[in-house]
Amino acid sequence: MVTINVNGTDRTVDVESDTPLLWVLRDVIGLTGTKYGCGMALCGACTVHLDGKPVRSCTTPVGSIGAAKVTTIEGLSPDRSHPVQKAWIELDVPQCGYCQSGQIMSASALLAEKPQPTDADIDAAMSGNLCRCGTYQRIRAAIHRAAQLQGARS
Amino acid sequence: MSAAMLSAVTRRDVLKAGAAGAGLVLTIGLAGCSKPGGGASGERKLITTNAWLRIGTDNSITFLCARSEMGQGVYTALTMLIAEELGVDPTRIEVEFAPVGAAYVNALVGGQLTGGSTSVRDAWQKLRIAGAQAREMLKTAAAKQWDTAASACRVENGEIISPYGKRLRYGAVAEAAAALPVPTDVKLKGPDDFQWIGKALTRLDTPAKVDGSATFGIDVKLPGMLYAALAQPPMLGGKVETVDDSAAKSLPGVRRIVTTGSGVAVVADTWWQARKARDALKIEWDGAASAGLNDGSILRGLRKASQGAGIVARKEGDADSALRSAARVVRAEYELPLLAHATLEPQVCTADVRADGCDLYVPTQSQGAAQAAAAAAAGLEPGQVAVHTTFLGGGFGRRIDVDFIPAAVEASKAVGKPVKLLWTREDDTTHDNYRPPAYDTVAGGFDRDGKLIAWKLHLTGPSITARVFPGAVPAGAVDPFAVEAAANYPYDVPNVLVDWVPHEVGLNVGYWRSVSHALNCFVAESFMDELALAAGQEPAAFRRALLGKQQRYLEVLEVALRRSDYDNPAAPGRFRGVAVMEGYGTYMAQVAEISLVDGKVKVERIVCALDCGQTVNPGIVTAQVESSILFGLSAALWGEINVQAGRVQQTNFHDYRIVRMNEVPKIETYQVGSDNPPGGIGEPATALVAPAICNAIFAATKRRLRSLPIARHKLA
Ligand code: FES
Ligand code: FES
Repeated sequence: MVTINVNGTDRTVDVESDTPLLWVLRDVIGLTGTKYGCGMALCGACTVHLDGKPVRSCTTPVGSIGAAKVTTIEGLSPDRSHPVQKAWIELDVPQCGYCQSGQIMSASALLAEKPQPTDADIDAAMSGNLCRCGTYQRIRAAIHRAAQLQGARS
Repeated sequence: MSAAMLSAVTRRDVLKAGAAGAGLVLTIGLAGCSKPGGGASGERKLITTNAWLRIGTDNSITFLCARSEMGQGVYTALTMLIAEELGVDPTRIEVEFAPVGAAYVNALVGGQLTGGSTSVRDAWQKLRIAGAQAREMLKTAAAKQWDTAASACRVENGEIISPYGKRLRYGAVAEAAAALPVPTDVKLKGPDDFQWIGKALTRLDTPAKVDGSATFGIDVKLPGMLYAALAQPPMLGGKVETVDDSAAKSLPGVRRIVTTGSGVAVVADTWWQARKARDALKIEWDGAASAGLNDGSILRGLRKASQGAGIVARKEGDADSALRSAARVVRAEYELPLLAHATLEPQVCTADVRADGCDLYVPTQSQGAAQAAAAAAAGLEPGQVAVHTTFLGGGFGRRIDVDFIPAAVEASKAVGKPVKLLWTREDDTTHDNYRPPAYDTVAGGFDRDGKLIAWKLHLTGPSITARVFPGAVPAGAVDPFAVEAAANYPYDVPNVLVDWVPHEVGLNVGYWRSVSHALNCFVAESFMDELALAAGQEPAAFRRALLGKQQRYLEVLEVALRRSDYDNPAAPGRFRGVAVMEGYGTYMAQVAEISLVDGKVKVERIVCALDCGQTVNPGIVTAQVESSILFGLSAALWGEINVQAGRVQQTNFHDYRIVRMNEVPKIETYQVGSDNPPGGIGEPATALVAPAICNAIFAATKRRLRSLPIARHKLA
C-alpha cells in the first residue's frame, strides 16, 4: 500500500512501490489524461507536476513520491481556465492531441517559474516534450500568449 | 480494395456527387443515455435523418464522422461540410465516430478507410448533399405545419423560418421530416454563400485535447477489463517455438498467459504488471525466416532487381533512344531507407469477446479491415463485431494496418473478459510496417542546344498495396502508390519514361505519410537541380522555364520564391534550395534555408506555398503543412530503420529521432486560393522537405546527397 496526494486528494493504492507513477495514475486511479509514449523519459507525454515541478511519471516510482503533491492535467484547472489551456484553445494548438497533456504540464510549470519566458527558455523547458504531429510552432506562440493572459490575471 | 477502385484514387475527377441518398434508412431511435437538458423526461428521442445525422427532439444534432481523427482535422472539417448545408453552426454539432457501414465507404479508396489524404475530397460533395437533403426535409416538414411552401422557408442556425417570420427548431420537426421522401436533387451553396466553409474555425476537438478528457485507444476503460502486454518475436517474421512461463505466471497480478498468432500475451490486472511478467517470459523463437536479412542484403537485392525491366507507369516519346542520341547525358543513382511511423500513441486495441459477438475499441484508420481481422481472430462473422473508433494518437498510415488487433481479440477470448492490449514503444518501433526502401536510377539528356529532351526514372522497390490489399495489384500492373511524384513529373520534356520494378525486400512495408511521394520527390527534385547545374542554370529559373503553362505549379513556385526573398542573396552563411510537387491534388513549392554548424545542417526556415483548391478550414491546412514539414524534416535529417540479422536496430526515441522544440525551423505557409476542387493536405508537404534541404546543402557545399538520411553524410 502506498499513499500519494493527487490533485489535492490522498489516494491509497495497492501496488508494488516500484510501479511507475504513470501506471498508477492511469490504470489504478483512472486518470488517463497523462499519456504513455516511451517509458524512458524521452518524450514527455507522461509529464505531471510534483510539487509544481515537471517530472516524467513513467520513470518515477510511486514509492519515491512521499508527501510531494502530484498534479495531473485533470487537476490543472476544473474548467480549462488555466492560462495555458486558454492559450492552447485560442491558438488551436492540438492536432492528434496525444502529446498535449504533457506539453501543457511542461508549459504551465515553465510559466510558474518564469512568467515571461524567452524563446530560449521555451527551448530549454519544452525540448523534452516530443510532438510527432509537429505542433511546436503553435506551442511556442501559445506559451507567449499564456504569459500575457497570466500577466493580465495577476 | 480492387485495382479498379485503387485507380480511382489517382483520378483527378473523382468528385462525383456522393450516393448520400442510397443509404438512407429512416428510423427512430431512443438515445442510449439521456443528456442533461434533454426533454422533460430526461430522455431525448434521436431521429436518424440519414447515415450521418441524428437530430434529437431536444434540438441536439449529432454528426456521425466516418473518418478517423488522427490530428489531420476531419472531426472539424467534415462537420463543417455537413453543417454548412444543414444550416447549423458547426460548434453546435456533437460528433461521434461512425460504426462500420456501407454508407461510410470512402469512394476514393473503396473501403471504410482514412488515408491517402482523401477525406475531404471524398466528403466534399457527399456530406454537403447529405446536409442539404436533411435541411430540405426539415423545411418541408415545417412548411406542412405552416401550410406554406417549403421553398418559401429558410433556415438559420438550427431553425426553420417561415415567410412570415415564424420559427420552428429542427428538433420539433425532425420526426416528421424523417418520414418524408429524400429529395434527390438538392441545390448546394456556391462559394460566395458559404457561411463556415473557408473559415479558420477552432477545431471542435481542441477543448477535449487540452484537459485530458479526449479518449484515445490507450484510454479505453470497460467494466472488468484486464490489461495485456505482448511478447513479439525479436526478429522479423519470427515464430514462437517454446514458452517457459514458470517465472512470469507467479508474478503479482498475472491472470493468464496466452500464446497468440502474433506472440505471447500476458494478461494481468494492470498493464505494468503484464509488462513486467512479459519480460520474465523465457521464449525460444524460430528466427530462420529473416536470419540473413540486413541493410546490405536489402540494398543488394534492390540493386540487382533494378537491372531488370520495369513496368511502365508513364511513357511519352522514346526516352531511351533520346538518351542514346543526346549531346549530353546526366545519370545518377538514389537510395532511400526504411522508416518507422512512430505514432506517439503506440499500437493498442481493446477487445471484448463474448460467445455471440465482439466489441472492439480501437484507434484505427481502417474500420472495415479492423472488423474483419477481429472476426477472424474471434471465430465470428464480421457482422458480429462492432468497431468503436477512438481518437488516434497519430496515424500517418500506420493504423491502416490491423496487425495489432488479433492478439487483443485472442487474449479477450481466452480470459472471457475485456482486454486492453498495449504495445511498448520498443514493440512499436521494432514491429512496424515500414516505409519501403528504394533504389532508383535517373537520367536526363540535353540536345546540342542545351534543351532537356529526355528524362527517365527507373524505380525499384516493394509494393505496399500488394501487401496490404492482397490481389489488388495484378501481376504486371503498377501500384499507383509506388510511382507518385514520378508519373506526374510536371516538366515539359518531350521524351519521358517512368517505370517501376516491384521487388519485395523480406519485411512488411506500409503506407507512410505521403507514401511514395516522399521517395520519388526526393529523387525527381534533387535531380532537377543536378540537371540545372549541367545546363548552367539557376535551379528555380530552370524549373520555371520547364513548367510551361502549368499555372498551378507556376503560381505556387512564384509565391514561395517571393516570400522567401529567393531572388536576393541569402544572409551570409545561409543557403537555399527549392522543390516543387503535386500530390493528392495539391500543388506545392517549398524553399528551405539552411546553415551549417560544425558540419551539421541546421534548417533555419522553410517557406511553403500551396494551392489545395477550395479550402474547408485554412487554419487546419496551415497546421497540416507545418505538421507534414516537421514529419519530413525528422526523416530527412535522421530517419532510418536498420536491420541486422533480421532484427530492427532502433527501439525508442533516442535512436529513432523526432524533431524537438529547439530544432524547429521557422515555417511559413502561404495558401494561394483557387476554386478548383479540394486537394488533400494531410500529407504532401512531407515529401518536398528532403529535396529542398538537399538542394540547399548542395548550394552550401557543392555536395550532392543521393541518399537519406542527411546524418549519414559527413559534410564538414
Ligand atoms: S512516456 Fe514518459 S517520457 Fe515518454
Ligand atoms: S499533437 Fe499529436 S503528438 Fe502532439
